Amino acid sequence: MTALAATLDITPELVAEHGLSADEYALILEIMGREPNITELGVFSAMWSEHCSYKSSKVWLKTLPTEGPRVICGPGENAGVVDIGDGLAAVFKIESHNHPSFIEPYQGAATGVGGILRDVFTMGARPIANLNALRFGAPDHEKTRHLVSGVVAGIGGYGNCIGVPTVAGETEFHPAYNGNILVNAMTVGIADANRIFYSAAGGPGNPVVYVGSKTGRDGIHGATMASAEFDDDSDEKRPTVQVGDPFTEKLLLEACLELMATDAIVGIQDMGAAGLTSSGVEMASKGGVGVELDLDRVPMREAGMTPYELMLSESQERMLMVLKPGHEDTARAIFEKWELDFAVIGRVTDTGRLVLKFHGETVGDIEVAPLVANAPEYERPWEPTPKAPVIDAADIAAPGDPMAALKTMLGGAHLCSRRWIWEQYDHMVMADTVQRPGGDAAVVRLHGSSRGLAVTTDATPRYCLADPVEGGRQAVAEAWRNLTAVGATPLAITNNLNFGNPEKPRIMGQLAGCVTGMGEACRALAFPVVSGNVSLYNETSGEAILPTPVVGGLGLIADLERTVGVAIPGEGLDLVLVGETAGWMGSSLYLREVAGREEGAPPPVDLAAEKRNGDFVRALIEAGRVAACHDLSDGGLLVAAAEMALAGNIGAEISGPPAGLPLPGWLFGEDQARYLIACADGASVAADAAKAGVPAAIVGRTGGNTLTAAGSHTISVGELRRCHEGWLPSYMARP
Amino acid sequence: MRTAVIVFPGSNCDRDAQVALHAAFGAPPAMVWHRETDLPPLDLIVLPGGFSYGDYLRSGAMAAQSPVLRALREQAERGVLVLGICNGFQVLTEAGLLPGVLMRNAGLKFVCRDVGLVVENTESPFTRGYARGQAVTIPVAHHDGNYYADDATLDRLEGEGRVAFRYAPHDNPNGSARDIAGILNERGNVLGMMPHPERAVDKLHCGVDGQAVFTGLVEALAA
Repeated sequence: MTALAATLDITPELVAEHGLSADEYALILEIMGREPNITELGVFSAMWSEHCSYKSSKVWLKTLPTEGPRVICGPGENAGVVDIGDGLAAVFKIESHNHPSFIEPYQGAATGVGGILRDVFTMGARPIANLNALRFGAPDHEKTRHLVSGVVAGIGGYGNCIGVPTVAGETEFHPAYNGNILVNAMTVGIADANRIFYSAAGGPGNPVVYVGSKTGRDGIHGATMASAEFDDDSDEKRPTVQVGDPFTEKLLLEACLELMATDAIVGIQDMGAAGLTSSGVEMASKGGVGVELDLDRVPMREAGMTPYELMLSESQERMLMVLKPGHEDTARAIFEKWELDFAVIGRVTDTGRLVLKFHGETVGDIEVAPLVANAPEYERPWEPTPKAPVIDAADIAAPGDPMAALKTMLGGAHLCSRRWIWEQYDHMVMADTVQRPGGDAAVVRLHGSSRGLAVTTDATPRYCLADPVEGGRQAVAEAWRNLTAVGATPLAITNNLNFGNPEKPRIMGQLAGCVTGMGEACRALAFPVVSGNVSLYNETSGEAILPTPVVGGLGLIADLERTVGVAIPGEGLDLVLVGETAGWMGSSLYLREVAGREEGAPPPVDLAAEKRNGDFVRALIEAGRVAACHDLSDGGLLVAAAEMALAGNIGAEISGPPAGLPLPGWLFGEDQARYLIACADGASVAADAAKAGVPAAIVGRTGGNTLTAAGSHTISVGELRRCHEGWLPSYMARP
Repeated sequence: MRTAVIVFPGSNCDRDAQVALHAAFGAPPAMVWHRETDLPPLDLIVLPGGFSYGDYLRSGAMAAQSPVLRALREQAERGVLVLGICNGFQVLTEAGLLPGVLMRNAGLKFVCRDVGLVVENTESPFTRGYARGQAVTIPVAHHDGNYYADDATLDRLEGEGRVAFRYAPHDNPNGSARDIAGILNERGNVLGMMPHPERAVDKLHCGVDGQAVFTGLVEALAA
């Protein structure tokens, strides 16, 4: 056991550098029954990092609903799995790569995409769609353009090369992200429902096989970095960012799917955060077995790597799997065909221990069960967020010209066209993209069928800041609504909880509130959480980001002939507003962008109304009675009407407010549970709505080449387009 | 009729080409791995889009040196039809089967969008399904589509009617010389084009303007 003895003194400083508290280290000593060596300390550090252990969020995550009739596999595996009928399953997850993307935007974002793709194909699914949710700092912040440019290029660089379409996403700018951007990437894949692959190792004696790229020194301690705040020296952390190779990942994807079509695999796990450590430990833990790894056999990119480096490297495009006995040759032939490394690096044991060998000596020996089960779990103190005052719609001055206000909003950073971004993403490869970026949700066809999946990512951080519970509800409701607006039946979500430092009760209160609200909405809308990711410590020099719980929603469309988009398809159609308009202005975009006030309670989410109104709209779409549909969100009715006009290149007229409702509240209020639909027979739709107890009224008509509101306010669709399309390209081209 | 799609490591539009060929020809194409040194007798070979060999070195450069390209070259010399789409076009220029080069887009960014095209030549087996001067919409998705050749070569291409497709006025997405989107070889049996006709063959796509490439090939080979 000479090698097990510390060659490096495990000092309190070294423990602290590994992100472990004194209490946590005491627990390690108890589990080990001796002092760990540096490699073992590294393993504990990675496994007990916030990123891998969810130690601050777990108590809250447990409150989310994760089951439903469609759920095949909920949180805890590489990705969530839901039954989509016809023997197929959708496999999907969202994951953050915030910290690396701030340090090195191209590689940070690229490897974020690579990581989430691996999570999905590890389970036996072919990825069919990528999405992302991005948050950047203020447009005038010195780093913002560099970060936008790098992140977008990185996402495109990876997804375009591997050949999975990037079909939807969202992008926001706010000074709260100046020092800490958010890059959340989501992948959706399709698998045979009865051929899902899980990570549990099994069968003592079975070979543990390493495939993919070689291991280098990149990304060591990425998981620990992702679990700490930034300071002014964060650029010095650049070496912890991994480098992506989408070409190798494409080969790995094809090779894995080819092997999965045989009967060779017991369990498989990608090497993501904390590399070989987390994959080895996860596989052993899930299977209730031990794993012995011979680290000399790990394919290495450079000579002289230590066990510590080998266990903690986050080199990309690698997988660990356990094969059934006698299947090594089949597997090796497939990986050699794809010119990938293939090495048997260990075996499954019945000892329940992770044993690491190097140069013939034991350099690590940890009992797996307590390493996983005794991982710290904190009930961190939290403070509820004080309620923001409700802003009376009557207190908001009417804009001199609502069309000028509309131009400010549509021609500004928040609502301008994202074309500059999504034209850098191949959003059509695989030739199954039915609804492209720019609508409420993207729609991809299930290959070779007439069915499709609708996908979206949503969060409204300004609502979450003002009222985390309401904001949490709203994020889920908006995803559900966006899926409904294209005619999809919402099935399940994945979530990415991005918050500041959980050791601050105020931040923990935001997390607690958002998760509480999300749970309520998920239950009310039968929209369970099947996978997710938590990213904490999103702070720089003590300044936290806005609470940003991103929801990635998945819905099913039974007949693609019936899906609708936001584009007004013709003249002379009625515009029907579904849902109730009270003119809610608190935390609205109008209040922030036009009135310059970032305040007020956000719109309340009535979950029963959401369900009733959404089910009504979906039934109309399924019945073929809707020509176009748009959910009302940021900017309210007039923004929705403008976006529909822009998409269809046909004008529209919106009537004045009902009696008693001020004009800004009518045009720009952000009341929830609303949709604007274009249809041939608005009167019959309104009559059916009344029967169903759903508020609905004809509020306008399509036609011409101008957008007119309340009779007298007009703007041409061409002028609107110039503002809407102009902002982002000219911002990015600024000298 | 015997058709094939060549699959390189990193090809990612191979399935899309397969689907379009299957629909047009009524039978699936052979999917041929890049390491094959022999090709069976074929009537049409498609080099699909994607990032062969990761586009490392230069787009298409390594694929142009792959074993299957020798066999493809022999067939092309015998008059077998060869269609290179996007990365396939890049491979054909790198292999010297078509003149010129495809440089980085003038805007330096990857671009994926529908573009307007004008069909310039309707004599070729690839374009006979269109009317001369017909305006069509077909998507592009590439980082290196900026076609360049010296003036003498460009003049010759134009003079010989070898410009098959041009980007519509003011719709050139990559800065290519003389708005060139697709060119033919001298013999007229090899076409390289940056736009993706296989992404415009289905009513759920942006349109079906790409379909005539494939149905035209079916007619040409039946004739």
